[in-house]
Amino acid sequence: MIQVLSGQLLIGLINGSFYALLSLGLAIIFGLLNVVNFAHGAQYMLGAFAAWMALHYWGVGYWWALVLAPLAVGLFGLVFERLCLRRLHGLDPLYGLLLTFGLALVLEGLFQNAYGISGNSYPVPAALEGGTNLGFMYLPRYRAWVVLVSMAVCFASWFVVEKTRLGAYLRAGTENPALLQAFGVNVPLMFSLTYGYGVALAAFAGVMAAPIYQVTPLMGSGVIMVVFAVVVIGGMGSILGSIVTGLGLGLVEGLTKYLYPPASDVVVFVVMALVLLLRPAGLFGRQR
Amino acid sequence: MKPTSATTAASAASATGATSAPRGRPPASAWAYALLVALGLAAPFLTYPVFAMNVLCLALFASAFNLLLGYAGLLSFGHAAFLGAAAYLTGLAVKVWGLPIELGILAGTALAALLGLVFGALAIRRSGIYFAMITLGFAQMIYFLVLQANWTGGEDGMQGIPRGKLLGVFALSGNLPMYYFVFGLFLLGFWVIHRTIHSPFGQVLRAIRENEPRAVSLGYDVDRYKLLAFVISAGLSGLAGSMKALVFQSATLSDVHWHRSGEVVLMTLLGGMGTPLGPFVGALLAVALENYLASYGSWVTVITGGVFMACVLSFRRGIVGEVLALVKRSF
Repeated sequence: MIQVLSGQLLIGLINGSFYALLSLGLAIIFGLLNVVNFAHGAQYMLGAFAAWMALHYWGVGYWWALVLAPLAVGLFGLVFERLCLRRLHGLDPLYGLLLTFGLALVLEGLFQNAYGISGNSYPVPAALEGGTNLGFMYLPRYRAWVVLVSMAVCFASWFVVEKTRLGAYLRAGTENPALLQAFGVNVPLMFSLTYGYGVALAAFAGVMAAPIYQVTPLMGSGVIMVVFAVVVIGGMGSILGSIVTGLGLGLVEGLTKYLYPPASDVVVFVVMALVLLLRPAGLFGRQR
Repeated sequence: MKPTSATTAASAASATGATSAPRGRPPASAWAYALLVALGLAAPFLTYPVFAMNVLCLALFASAFNLLLGYAGLLSFGHAAFLGAAAYLTGLAVKVWGLPIELGILAGTALAALLGLVFGALAIRRSGIYFAMITLGFAQMIYFLVLQANWTGGEDGMQGIPRGKLLGVFALSGNLPMYYFVFGLFLLGFWVIHRTIHSPFGQVLRAIRENEPRAVSLGYDVDRYKLLAFVISAGLSGLAGSMKALVFQSATLSDVHWHRSGEVVLMTLLGGMGTPLGPFVGALLAVALENYLASYGSWVTVITGGVFMACVLSFRRGIVGEVLALVKRSF
């Protein structure tokens, strides 16, 4: 009984870590560029595939993939921002949403073409195999690692944005990019780097997810819907808010899986409806 | 979503053109519509009736969507929910409950309007980007409900929905009678949209799109206008879904999938949002493209995405919007 519950809660915590990582990237990108990155799920998938391909074709292992895949995918994001997204700057933000939606379709279609829709499995790295018995439940070591590292990355991002000089530039750019540029900061470069960083975060989440879930071309589109709901619930205004909401909703999902499994797919959207009823601006959002 | 000023001018010109033409002489747009109706009547002899019916269903769907995006400036990313839910309910009503098809269509349309009322009331509490994400979330919820419910056929969808008899007399099993039935419903739906756009209500919607705070300051209850537009749009999307279920005699998961929601955005964008005929042109192109590329599998997704990006980057007025702008510049 308690074993099933704690098992589901652990799965919820892991899903929640991914929601947190992904909604954090979305929030950072939206904060500065005013773009909702619909391709975030596809870029998460790219990260997972980059790791899988690196292992499959060149024998590059997990630890290198953890560094190289986000770099490669982040670079791709940077180029995409520079070539395409930038041309929409100043237009209604809905155009950014539509452009990245198109990108998501292209990426998913290309990978579906090359690899089909069946899953490719990715082995857990040797150092993190096995697990420990906590008495009331069995804790696989890799899953503990995922939760810890996600938290560390989330906290580091929060620290950089809220507490450092670089973060101060970022926040200033969010408030008033024109004024920041007048002070001599290279704002366009900052835009590219920020988008690249957000995309790299998604890819990082993808690499972490590869040993847990199957690596498939469509792995991102399911997650991104939930992450959007997370963002609506938490509000994109605060970074800490998106982290807390992501983790919380993961747990709620896990709990639902224990209490009433069929509802676990929709519970996030039900929570979204409730939050819209009671606190339209989102749990951590500021009403404009 | 704000169109460029030229599009606004063009759509405003076409809007006033319908009402301010000299008395006794039909306006140019009336001739255009007459020509299109004639084309519609002849269509089943010019092309495959099923292809033409598919175009009409999706054109109505896109026109209903355009009412929301092009005139009220609300981007819904979950319109597939209305199309799909109506298709499934019509299927259930006609096939399992044995209701006449008129009631089946009515039930589907009513369900879509009701869903639109509930989702719309919640979604308009946030604007812009959030509106899109909220509608997407609700549509995803409908998707999962349809996937899990025991009467929808799950992954296989619902098959073998009978086309029945119109008014209990005219059998619609043949493609030709079915086409004219669908064409009639399409005209009805299109007329509702036309009347909505060219009414004082439509004017207020455009005012809200252009400058919401000003509309509020003029004393309009903006939320009620948005909600009513959302319900009309959802209901007509439902009508399109019910028609589609009867035409193809099936309701499938792809009708509630978010790809379908994206497709309707693309059709509207490609044809020209905020133009009366843009969605029709977009639907025609999308269906033709889909038919033409059917054998290429997932390349369709890649090409759809590519067209999306090209549209957004360099073609934001859409085909009809560009043509209208060109006409305006030349005359």
